[in-house]
Amino acid sequence: MSEVPAVRIERLSKSFDGVEVLRDIELTVNKGEVVSVLGSSGSGKSTMLRCINWLEEPDRGSIYIAGERIGVDASGRKMSNWALAALRARTGMVFQGFNLWPHFTVLQNIIESPVQVKGMRKDEARTLALALLEKVGMEHKADAYPYTLSGGQKQRVAIARALAMSPEVMLFDEPTSALDPERVGEVLQVMKTLSAEGYTMIVVTHEMEFARAVSDQVVFLEKGRIIEKADPVTFFTNPTTERVRRFLELA
Amino acid sequence: MSEWAIIWDARQAFLDGFLNTLLLFGLSISVAFATGCLFAFWLERRNPLTWLLRGFIDCMRMLPFLILAYLLYYGLPSLGLRLDAWTAGLIALIIYYAAYFGEVLRGARLVLPAGQVEAAKAYGFTGFRLYRRIVLPQLVIKTRPLMGNLLILALKDTAFLTIITVRELTAAANSVQATYFIPMEAFVVVIALYWLISICLELALKWAGRFGAKRGFEHV
Repeated sequence: MSEVPAVRIERLSKSFDGVEVLRDIELTVNKGEVVSVLGSSGSGKSTMLRCINWLEEPDRGSIYIAGERIGVDASGRKMSNWALAALRARTGMVFQGFNLWPHFTVLQNIIESPVQVKGMRKDEARTLALALLEKVGMEHKADAYPYTLSGGQKQRVAIARALAMSPEVMLFDEPTSALDPERVGEVLQVMKTLSAEGYTMIVVTHEMEFARAVSDQVVFLEKGRIIEKADPVTFFTNPTTERVRRFLELA
Repeated sequence: MSEWAIIWDARQAFLDGFLNTLLLFGLSISVAFATGCLFAFWLERRNPLTWLLRGFIDCMRMLPFLILAYLLYYGLPSLGLRLDAWTAGLIALIIYYAAYFGEVLRGARLVLPAGQVEAAKAYGFTGFRLYRRIVLPQLVIKTRPLMGNLLILALKDTAFLTIITVRELTAAANSVQATYFIPMEAFVVVIALYWLISICLELALKWAGRFGAKRGFEHV
C-alpha cells in the first residue's frame, strides 16, 4: 500500500513510576480503517490511545500522524508546544467522561476549536457545526448547555466537536463506558455511521458486538503488549492465544 | 441652621468624594482583576518567576492594606520615588487586590476537572489561548461569590486612603464633620453612600449567579 497510513506506532513503550504499562507496541492504521482495541482494565489500552496524541508522553518509540512524527521534531528534539498543538489538532479525541466545556452551549463547544485553533470564520464554523449536529442527531440541542443533556447526548455532542476539526483519525477512549445501557446504543449507532462514511477510527472499547461488526482490525492488549492482532472474524472465531479465548468466553 | 441643612450645603464635597471613591474603586478592581487573571495563569507554570510571584502574593496576604498604602506614599519617597496620594492609593489597591484575585483563581484552578483541559489540548489549544478560552471563564464563574466578597472588601479599603490624604468619600465626610462638628449626620450620609455601592455590587453578583446557574455551575 503506497498511501501514508493515518497512524503508525513503532516500538512504543511507556512506564509510570517504574511500572511498565506499554511495551513495544506496533500498530499501523490505514486511512478509513476502524481498529478496535480490547483488553481488560489496566492492560494499557487507554494509555496507548493517549500516547497517539501525546497526552501521555511515551518513554520510547515513535508515532506518526499521517506520516508526521508527533512529539519529536526533525532534529530529534522535543517538539515545541506550538508544533505539538498543531499536530494534535489533526486528531480528534472522544473521552469516556465527555469533557464538554460547561461554560459554552452545545454549538459553541463545537465551533470553539475550528475558530480558535484553525482560524475558521465564525459563520463557516457555525454551518459546519449545525451539519455535524444533524449527523449525530443533536441539532435540536444546539443552544442548550451541556449540563442539561443526558450522557448519551453529551457523548454525541463530543463526537461532533471532535469531527469539527476534520481529523485524520478519531480516537475513542471507552466512549460508552460511562453510559447506562440504554444510552450506549445511540452512541454506537453514531460511530457505526462514521465508519460507514470512511472515517479512520481507533476505538478503545468493551463493546464486543461493536468491535465484531465494525472493525477492520481488532487488537488485544495484555499487560502492555499486543498479544493478538487480527481481522474481526478470525479474532472472534479463532483466536490464537489462550488468553483471548478466555476473555471472549467471559464477554 | 439644622445639621441636615449643613450637610445639604456641603453636598458638593460629598459628591466629589463619592465620585472619587467610585473612580478609585472601579479603576483599581478592573486592573487588579485583569492582573489577578494573569497571575493565576503564571502560577500554572513552573519557573523561577513563579516562585517570585508566589512570594509576592503571600506577602500581600499577610500585609494589612493600610501598611501597604503607607509604604507606597510615605516610604517610597525615601527611595527617591514620590507619588501623589491618589496615584499611590490606586497602585496600592491594584497590587493588593491583584494578589487576592490571583489567589482565589489559583484555588479554583486546582480543583478544575483535568479532563476539560485535556480535551482542549487534544484539539490543539495551548498556552494562553487555552487559559483564556477554556480555563479562565470557568474559574471566574465558579469563584463568583468569592469575587463578590473581594469587591466589597476592596470598596471598604478605599476608605483607608483618607489617611494618606486622598480626597475620597470618607475624607469628605471627615472634613465636613470636623468643620461643623456634626459627626453623626456626616457619617450617616457616608454609610448610606457606601451601602448604595454595595447594593449595586450585590445586584451585579446576583446577575452573575444567574449566568452561572444557567450553565449548571453549582453556586447560585
